[in-house]
Amino acid sequence: MSRTRRLTAARLGPRDVLHVGSAGLRSRPVRVVLSALGIAIGIATMIAVVGISASSQAQLLRQLDALGTNMLVAKPGEGMFSGQEVKLPKDAVGMVGRIAGVEKAAGTGDLTSSVRRSEKIPEAETGGIAVKAATEGLLEVLRGGLASGTWLNAATGRYPSVVLGHVAAERLGITEPGRQVWIDDRYFTVIGVLDPLPLAPEIERSALVGWAGAERLLRFDGHPTTVYERSTDASVEDVQQLLAPTIDPQNPQNVSVGDPSSALKAKAATEGAFSTLLLGLGGIALLVGGVGVANTMIISVLERRHEIGLRRSLGATRGQIRIQFVTESLMLSGLGGLAGVGLGGAATGVYASTGGLPWVVPLWAVGGGFAATLAIGTVAGLYPAVRASRLSPTLALATA
Amino acid sequence: MTTTSAMTTSPLPTPGGTPTAGATATPVVRLRGVTKEYAGGVRALDGVDLTIGEGELLGIVGPSGSGKSTLLHIVGTLDRPSAGTVEIAGYDIASLSDRRLSALRARRIGFVFQAFHLVPGVGALENVAEGLLYSGLPRARRREMAAEALARVGLGDRMKHRPHELSGGQRQRVAIARAVVGEPALLLADEPTGALDSASGEAVMTLLHELNAEGATIAVITHDTEIAGRLPRQVRIRDGRVVADTSLASGEVGVTGAPGAPDASGDGKGAA
Ligand SMILES: Nc1ncnc2c1ncn2[C@@H]1O[C@H](COP(=O)(O)OP(=O)(O)O)[C@@H](O)[C@H]1O
Ligand SMILES: [Mg+2]
Repeated sequence: MSRTRRLTAARLGPRDVLHVGSAGLRSRPVRVVLSALGIAIGIATMIAVVGISASSQAQLLRQLDALGTNMLVAKPGEGMFSGQEVKLPKDAVGMVGRIAGVEKAAGTGDLTSSVRRSEKIPEAETGGIAVKAATEGLLEVLRGGLASGTWLNAATGRYPSVVLGHVAAERLGITEPGRQVWIDDRYFTVIGVLDPLPLAPEIERSALVGWAGAERLLRFDGHPTTVYERSTDASVEDVQQLLAPTIDPQNPQNVSVGDPSSALKAKAATEGAFSTLLLGLGGIALLVGGVGVANTMIISVLERRHEIGLRRSLGATRGQIRIQFVTESLMLSGLGGLAGVGLGGAATGVYASTGGLPWVVPLWAVGGGFAATLAIGTVAGLYPAVRASRLSPTLALATA
Repeated sequence: MTTTSAMTTSPLPTPGGTPTAGATATPVVRLRGVTKEYAGGVRALDGVDLTIGEGELLGIVGPSGSGKSTLLHIVGTLDRPSAGTVEIAGYDIASLSDRRLSALRARRIGFVFQAFHLVPGVGALENVAEGLLYSGLPRARRREMAAEALARVGLGDRMKHRPHELSGGQRQRVAIARAVVGEPALLLADEPTGALDSASGEAVMTLLHELNAEGATIAVITHDTEIAGRLPRQVRIRDGRVVADTSLASGEVGVTGAPGAPDASGDGKGAA
């Protein structure tokens, strides 16, 4: 009969903690949805903001990967004296092609001609479309593709045939080859339309005529105005150094060299830097959501006075009452967080699929958003939980 | 059927948290000079001495506001007295922290309330199992014991019924099952029939009598004199004082020989 055992309160197992913590939620599903909504909106906003910018960035990086970062462009620089027209030598493309490391070179030459849908349209209405002579290798150097038709070759390049960049084709209202356009004083047949060329937007807005045809039909002087080259990835830097002195050994300063992919890289970086304003809005929604959860918890404690008294009479310690309500608050905000991650992810998915972007939701954003919810749940639940645990059991049980 | 009546000799004092060992008949409850004053100067209990032995079934009777519930709360360790000593199952509760008191309630005390206090929306079995939640027993065992307790109170066929699907009398029997599922040393019931019609109340009282016959120690608050009359022992309370206790020689009320007990015999309202 001897009972020398000291009294120790038993601990609740994790499953029991979940059980008591979810009891209040199960009995009031509508309230759960409404009070978790604020958190869900906040998290969804943040996930969507981060996800959309990450998706756009991923798209640009993917594009950059496909286009390569090993293309350089050489153009005539600013002349020594303003107004002085500097020309690249006629053989600039060939000279560049012979630089060690260069795999292929191509060139375009600007023409003063204008292109129109027909001779009836006044010459002033060019729609901002340039006419250029192009070497045969241009499409390959640009890694461009044809939306339809064929590219210029030695045969077609000699005759009045033209390939349109995709912006030029759009402006001229031409969707397929076979149509004719008016250049200078004669009709040229459209033999192809190009795909978009993110590395060479100037070509997108051009009508391209073969080198020989341009010299023969459009009084082209044969001097290229832009030289494009592709080199091996390892030799890009060396080639960059050599381009200007190779093209114009006497006045290398007359040649300016550019890297079109650097603009795309910079764009990718800015796309990745998501809008802090939108993120801030998401944060405010999250905060409001947290206040909503705290409010719900305070009401829950008030309403469940009897239950608290009952649990104390059944042997719950103050700590166990606290854990019950903090768990409830955590579940409430956690549910909001889960819904928010789902909503934000879905919003990103919809945006990505309509824009043809890859669907990217960074894991750190999901983890961070969820951690934020749990922190908010703890903070929101702590005060009500402490109040619940301090409630006098006798007062809690009193039926007033 | 009571074999043990109130002990009048005081055993060894009990050190904190460790009950006295070896006593052959440690009373389940022993109050000495218990006073409870609420803020505002209301003296709900005024020098109460009360001893309840193992296996007793007693009624605490008295008019409304006389301090019955306050007494039950103090006996149930839900509240502490302003003065006096309270020993439950051999533990001096003044020496126990809130945590240890909770453990004491979890293992040794069962409560039945007038308002049932069942968890709404949850089946009878789960409501009864809730009575063991803080006992440290594994979940499967708790449910097993809960099913047995429900069967014991005659609701073996209502395991899944939720409170709103049960009659008042059935709800109170669920509450009683919850209170006794852990086989507590002491069952405390505050007006258990107060919210029931007379037939349901009758059934609840019969159940309490049966549980007592099986060995449970039970204290029932009631102001129904008919119900009280059928209980083996009655303790009558008025204005926070015990004015009659049928287990004591008539006329010797409230004074159980404890040294230094306050003079409680002066009110002249001796029992019949
Ligand atoms: N928490 C409290 N604060 C102040 N006074 C209280 C409190 N609880 C009970 N009382 C008072 O103590 C007295 C006894 O109350 P109670 O024990 O509930 O009586 P009974 O249960 O016999 O009706 C009453 O006068 C009541 O107003
Ligand atoms: Mg009362």
